[in-house]
Amino acid sequence: MREAINEALHIAFNSDENIFMIGEDIATYGGQLRCSYGLVERFGPERVRDTPISEMAIVGAGVGAAIAGKRPIVELSYIDFLGSCFDQVLNQAAKIRYMYGGYVNVPLVIRTQCGAGLGNAAQHSQSLEAILAHIPGIRVVIPSNAYDAKGLLLHAIRDNNPVVFIEHKALYKKKCHVPEDPYEIDYTSDIKRKGDDVTIITYSAMVDRSLQAAEQLNSEFGIDAEVIDVRVLEPLDLQPLIGSAQKTGRVVIVHEACKKGGFGGELAAQIQEHVFDRLKGPILRVAAPDVPVPFADNLERQYVPDISKIIEAVTEVMNFHRSEV
Amino acid sequence: MEKQTLIEMFRIMVRIREFESEAIELAKRNETRAAVHTYIGQEAIAAGVCAHMSNQDLITSTHRGHGHCIAKGADLERMFGELLGRDGGYCKGKGGSMHIADLSTGNLGANGIVGGGIPLAVGAALSLKISKSKNYVVSFFGDGATNQGSFHESLNLASIWALPVIFICENNEYAISTNVSKSINIENISERATAYGILGKSVDGNNVVSVYDDMQMAVEHVQSGKGPVLLEMKTYRIKGHYFGDNQNYRTREEVDLWKQKDPINTCETKLQNDYGLSSEIISKIKKEETKKVLDASTRAKLMSEPEIDDLTEDLYDLSFHNIKWISLQK
Ligand SMILES: Cc1ncc(C[n+]2csc(CCOP(=O)(O)OP(=O)(O)O)c2C)c(N)n1
Ligand SMILES: [Mg+2]
Repeated sequence: MREAINEALHIAFNSDENIFMIGEDIATYGGQLRCSYGLVERFGPERVRDTPISEMAIVGAGVGAAIAGKRPIVELSYIDFLGSCFDQVLNQAAKIRYMYGGYVNVPLVIRTQCGAGLGNAAQHSQSLEAILAHIPGIRVVIPSNAYDAKGLLLHAIRDNNPVVFIEHKALYKKKCHVPEDPYEIDYTSDIKRKGDDVTIITYSAMVDRSLQAAEQLNSEFGIDAEVIDVRVLEPLDLQPLIGSAQKTGRVVIVHEACKKGGFGGELAAQIQEHVFDRLKGPILRVAAPDVPVPFADNLERQYVPDISKIIEAVTEVMNFHRSEV
Repeated sequence: MEKQTLIEMFRIMVRIREFESEAIELAKRNETRAAVHTYIGQEAIAAGVCAHMSNQDLITSTHRGHGHCIAKGADLERMFGELLGRDGGYCKGKGGSMHIADLSTGNLGANGIVGGGIPLAVGAALSLKISKSKNYVVSFFGDGATNQGSFHESLNLASIWALPVIFICENNEYAISTNVSKSINIENISERATAYGILGKSVDGNNVVSVYDDMQMAVEHVQSGKGPVLLEMKTYRIKGHYFGDNQNYRTREEVDLWKQKDPINTCETKLQNDYGLSSEIISKIKKEETKKVLDASTRAKLMSEPEIDDLTEDLYDLSFHNIKWISLQK
């Protein structure tokens, strides 16, 4: 996925002079995320700027440049550092267009990294997408693979609204075929696997796990699961989720973020509003426990939802029987 | 300077160096998954600063915190245990290399957020001041952290309340790949003190005697109620930002130049020339510290992994503080 993001950035820089990027160690070092290599050599230090460790100023400057007519891309090396710049996201980027009557656009992309699994501990491993998705005015894009990452990033860069683009650190090394030419992916959900028995709704690093779980469910239990990658939390493409839930009547939502207040709750609520009478059981959520991410290897492996937890939830809804009233 | 004080600081510096070298070995052998940010090259600062401190004097530390932790007197075995993610580690394996706290030695904790510890130090100093304590707080942070809003807000707040806090900026020339000349437009970070009306001074951070002496001055300053001090310790990070850093942002020559100002060698030379310490005693100290470190590492490896059920423990304390409410009538 890293190469795909790098390629998208190169295409973007090559296509629009107004696009530039700021962030910590993004120039010669190639970024803490190692996604911006080659950019400064090709497009120069005027457009690829290293910054001090000043997230408030970095994000705020991105917002400011955006309202003044540029199309900045800001790299926030870990989503955890939202803590250091949240005012600029929450009270500035998200509010400006609406508050000023729709006259001012904020075409800003904040690229950032989320996720556990690599031993980075509590302050460098969080999944904070639900906090962002809760704030009206911000787009939230969270790809699960290299192909989507490239297409969604180019789409996000053309968006005239602030977008937080969230890359899971465990996906950077994951490879798949990515065409060299520019292409875009709209803000849509993606049905990754067709199935009739149960709908698994997921995003980011949990998509692969859900697909693996689906294969195992099929081969071991004869359960045919439909797997949908939401990939964009705002704007949410709800129709495929509703359609699938209507068809299967059973829904399991999988995300890595902790369960309480996670985006799974929002998905469950919206789906049941539309298909309540078709549901054959409760909508279940597979998510991390409500604790910070631990450091120790065995604890962290237990923390991140795995295939067996997905299978467990699916079999639970499959076996659900309404008690007689 | 007392001979014994200098020897003790030398010993601490060697201990830190040995600990970090072993931590790198653990990372090389994949025995720890932690991002190991080593303190190699900066040992004189933790040693010289903490030599003044008692366990009741507090510190806040950083991602590059092993040195601070050791200089405050931490147990090496429990430190290694934490790096290895074991239940006998300082945080039962929950924190890892970047998040060691040890209240028993006055270490309020390392921090993964750059600049995250600085406001905490101000609060700790406020707490001491309210308690009319004579103790004080030291906040360690890097050059990069001085570009965080938290640094500026903290200096100002500590200044207006004249808090007993000593801000120790370890200017090691780099924040990951970014040289300080590209992130800060003044010659000395200590000049930033002026803006907040506090005392600031730049110090040779590779010379443990200068560190010790200027720290002494700072301690007297805060203890006499004159408010906070900012000491900029000029030093250099000899190893990469973390183990595995490709270091494409600096030259070998630059690193070699700084290696000539190695704080441990400098101190060793001083001990020999000015204090007549024999090379036998020096190598004896080194051997003792190496052994201490390696033994601790070996023992830590015998610790067990945390119990899986421990994952959801430690989030909340379910007990409530005992306060007897007193009616306003009485
Ligand atoms: C708020 C925040 N931003 C960025 C980072 C990523 N990061 C970790 S260490 C570091 C460099 C810190 O530089 P400095 O303060 O000089 O300390 P040094 O590493 O040199 O000891 C950065 C940018 C972080 N951990 N926290
Ligand atoms: Mg530094």
